[in-house]
Amino acid sequence: MSMPDKDISTRKLSYLMAIREAMQEEMRRDKNVILFGEDVERHGGGFGVSKELWEEFGDQQVRNMPISENCMAGLALGAAMTGCRPILEFMFMDFSALAIDQICNEAAKIHYMYGGQTNAPIVYRCPQGGLSYKSAGAHHSQSLEAWYVHVPGLKVVFPGTPYDAKGLLKAAICDPNPVVFIEHKALYNNEGIVPEDEYIIPLGKADVKRTGSSITVIAYGYMLQFALEAAEKLMPEGIDVEIIDPRTLNPFDEECFFESVRKTHRVVLIQEACRTGGVTAEWGMRIEEECFDWLDAPIVRVAGEDVPIPYAQSLEEKVWPNISKIIAAIKNVCYFN
Amino acid sequence: MTGQSIIPSREKQLEMLQTMLKIRHFEMAAGQLYKRGVLKGGVHACIGQEAIPVGISAHLHRDDYITSTHRGHGHHIAKGADVRRLMAELMGKETGYCKCRGGSMHVAAFDVGSLGAYPIVAAGVPIAIGAAYSIMHRGSDQVVVAYFGDGALGQGTIYEAFNLASIWRLPVIFTCENNYFAVSTKTEATVALKDIPGFAASFGIVGKRVNGQNVLDVYNAAGEAVDRARKKEGATFLFFDTYRFEGHYFGEPEIYRSREEVQKSKDELDPITLYIATLINSGMISKQAIEAMEKDCQREIDEALAFAQQSPLPNPDEYARYVYA
Ligand SMILES: Cc1ncc(C[n+]2csc(CCOP(=O)(O)OP(=O)(O)O)c2C)c(N)n1
Repeated sequence: MSMPDKDISTRKLSYLMAIREAMQEEMRRDKNVILFGEDVERHGGGFGVSKELWEEFGDQQVRNMPISENCMAGLALGAAMTGCRPILEFMFMDFSALAIDQICNEAAKIHYMYGGQTNAPIVYRCPQGGLSYKSAGAHHSQSLEAWYVHVPGLKVVFPGTPYDAKGLLKAAICDPNPVVFIEHKALYNNEGIVPEDEYIIPLGKADVKRTGSSITVIAYGYMLQFALEAAEKLMPEGIDVEIIDPRTLNPFDEECFFESVRKTHRVVLIQEACRTGGVTAEWGMRIEEECFDWLDAPIVRVAGEDVPIPYAQSLEEKVWPNISKIIAAIKNVCYFN
Repeated sequence: MTGQSIIPSREKQLEMLQTMLKIRHFEMAAGQLYKRGVLKGGVHACIGQEAIPVGISAHLHRDDYITSTHRGHGHHIAKGADVRRLMAELMGKETGYCKCRGGSMHVAAFDVGSLGAYPIVAAGVPIAIGAAYSIMHRGSDQVVVAYFGDGALGQGTIYEAFNLASIWRLPVIFTCENNYFAVSTKTEATVALKDIPGFAASFGIVGKRVNGQNVLDVYNAAGEAVDRARKKEGATFLFFDTYRFEGHYFGEPEIYRSREEVQKSKDELDPITLYIATLINSGMISKQAIEAMEKDCQREIDEALAFAQQSPLPNPDEYARYVYA
């Protein structure tokens, strides 16, 4: 499959529709691709992502599940080891906590602990995050990618644009490994160019979303939007920001990070998730290990606060990163000497 | 359940005895290796429980699936796993089923339909449901046996699986081996379940409590369950009463039961002794033939030991192999 030029295509699609289209194409191609989840049939799942798929594919490929997350994840694994390619929708990422045994102890390990006898081609679709998805509170707004990034055997993908969402989901469905595919709830309605021609984006490849010379900003998920806006606002000040979206969080494309840092010598890392133990800590460390001599300033992170996500909007806003926090961090790093 | 008891053919009966002996000899050999310090890690023997997987597997085809537990050697051998590769796995050799990335507790034998041992208590059960789902999806007539211990009845995922198996009429046989202990805890102290048929019926599936020390009882109960699953008539819950003669794992101190209790069980409940008596009484086999059979088993296990001993260790440089497919 070739990479269609997204600059030539003009078709616009929402992030949500891009995800649906990826599933639809893969389900047409292979009848062993089966979507399991709570209310995924007529209702289209928690956010309507799979609407119309049940009408097209029927019970054979779209199945409502009882509210049994661990059983559902175990079922996906048993089916995956015996010929199916399950896509599992967790209604909210937060609820995947109930299935962590089957995801992290079982699916992530079966290829290794059974010495290559089997593998688990499963995609766990996990809508997560808050921001413009407001006031959902402590059990419906978390950003939990770091939990899964920490588990060898799992891949973790988090697209920030409709184009990436479609191409990465198709790659995830075709991947022979279990993939935690994170969708940002606040991005579902965002539109972007998604060519009609089929394409796939390989997992593990970052994308330079904006080229610049002053500083490298690494941002993913919804944070990519903030980073892009911050970059525009900083342009008049003569700060030319390079923005990298890793897109796949495990394995992450460290070479792409290093290359950019060797050019700009300055780095800001952004995550919506709470700070402690987050993925940006790992990236910062890797950059330090590999590019220490190239750095002209300390590496700085912008991250969520280490608290459960509160309900009140006034509190929420305090907890999450925002554009002014990002601008402040970039300026700090750029004016450091 | 009115199912009439079926007497298996003589050939089948001798084969079942042979497999029970093979499991017993395998476990005893593993026990010796443990005592000599060759085996490390938890090794959970199923001595005393051999009749269950043997009576069940007598009805299974090679491509039928099982999911197993930490106490899984017997499940695998009964399903036809190669004892040489099993022994090599225990001994940490590259020729083991899982290239020794798994070990005793995490063994699998996909060549004979074992989808693996899942030592996280109850974790194999939803996986079995998934395999059953994929059987329905492919329209094949395979069946799945999900083995678990009485301790697993404390896990919610079991009930989630019962629920789904019933809703989707999945071809699965839930197989509880009630050996009366979960490590040191007596089943009755933590498991409220009493009425197996009534409990299963409330889920819309058939349930039966069976004497797991009598391989012919196991054979009969499993025959009905496998038949039901093959015909897509729904799942079955088989609850077998059995007893584990060894500690929870080799070397476990067993402070929760008396030596007398264990000895009494060995004297009265040994499924192999009981079966041999039945076979001799019915004139199906002579004492000499049994001795010859034991020798055969011993030879096979000795060969497995030699194979494992001579096999190479894994190459440490390949520690990261098989993380991703
Ligand atoms: C989820 C989980 N909790 C605890 C354990 C530790 N553990 C290992 S075996 C066992 C007892 C299991 O009892 P049972 O299911 O009856 O099987 P048995 O050992 O009697 O064959 C326990 C508690 C575990 N492996 N997994």
